[in-house]
Amino acid sequence: MKTRRTLKGHGNKVLCMDWCKDKRRIVSSSQDGKVIVWDSFTTNKEHAVTMPCTWVMACAYAPSGCAIACGGLDNKCSVYPLTFDKNESMAAKKKSVAMHTNYLSACSFTNSDMQILTASGDGTCALWDVESGQLLQSFHGHGADVLCLDLAPSETGNTFVSGGCDKKSMVWDMRSGQCVQAFETHESDVNSVRYYPSGDAFASGSDDATCRLYDLRADREVAIYSKESIIFGASSVDFSLSGRLLFAGYNDYTINVWDVLKGARVSILFGHENRVSTLRVSPDGTAFCSGSWDHTLRVWA
Amino acid sequence: MSSGASLYALQRLVEQLKLEAGVERIKVSQAAAELQQYCMQNACKDALLVGVPAGSNPFREPRSCALL
Repeated sequence: MKTRRTLKGHGNKVLCMDWCKDKRRIVSSSQDGKVIVWDSFTTNKEHAVTMPCTWVMACAYAPSGCAIACGGLDNKCSVYPLTFDKNESMAAKKKSVAMHTNYLSACSFTNSDMQILTASGDGTCALWDVESGQLLQSFHGHGADVLCLDLAPSETGNTFVSGGCDKKSMVWDMRSGQCVQAFETHESDVNSVRYYPSGDAFASGSDDATCRLYDLRADREVAIYSKESIIFGASSVDFSLSGRLLFAGYNDYTINVWDVLKGARVSILFGHENRVSTLRVSPDGTAFCSGSWDHTLRVWA
Repeated sequence: MSSGASLYALQRLVEQLKLEAGVERIKVSQAAAELQQYCMQNACKDALLVGVPAGSNPFREPRSCALL
């Protein structure tokens, strides 16, 4: 496994990225306020928009591939329809959807372009209707900033998991707003949570330098991925298609690949020249993309 | 006043904990077996795990030199 593409163009730290369902386009956001849509095969930039705030910590691609959502220090999540018309400016069509009372840390479209789930430094998550901007449901329970969220794979229903600075990961019912399960075994902030492909478990990465696997039906932690030599926090985690491999990006600039079942590290990937801040496997599992404070994104396969 | 507010918060916490305690749990051995089974069943489709022939992975395609 090695770097197959390097996406250069951001002027500052890359904070977040997401794949389009077409398995080829990527949206990424950075500290300098820029949000860029790339074609990962050719490394060309297809769209770019400058947000009115810096530290765009969250970005997401709509399931249709026709829009992107992003936000950060502006405390909002805005949706931009993607247009190829040179006469239309992307910024002109911007729609402000979510409003929090602190920074936006994560956002994700649900199964359609119509609803967005957000997580914020104000300690709450919220579900919004894109068209009207209306708050559909809010999720209270974290004792501190919520840093990440992930929606359950569609077959398994209406739940999502969130992780926060209170060291907890919480699983929520999207319809009732209730927390159905909570896990508190990390020793520091939970930076990233990701569902196992079957939806029966999820992994989390934390500033305590470990990644952990929690099984939802057994309702407990079932594995820890750590080594004495790894002392820097894990910022971002994602599973390979079968769930056998867990890719985790760390603040020591590396990406560790863990065997989920055996609990052992399979491989360590070097290449980034600063912290790895975001990592996602492509929708068909053929590659994964990592974004870093070194201003670049890398596609590995 | 403040004791009333914290009483309410504690009551809500107790209700939440009761809800969480009532969740049905399965044994870890069974949960682990099912995770393992899922991995095995889908391993052949996982390009990052088993590797696919160079032709079918778009990122591994040899790109022709732009000068030619």
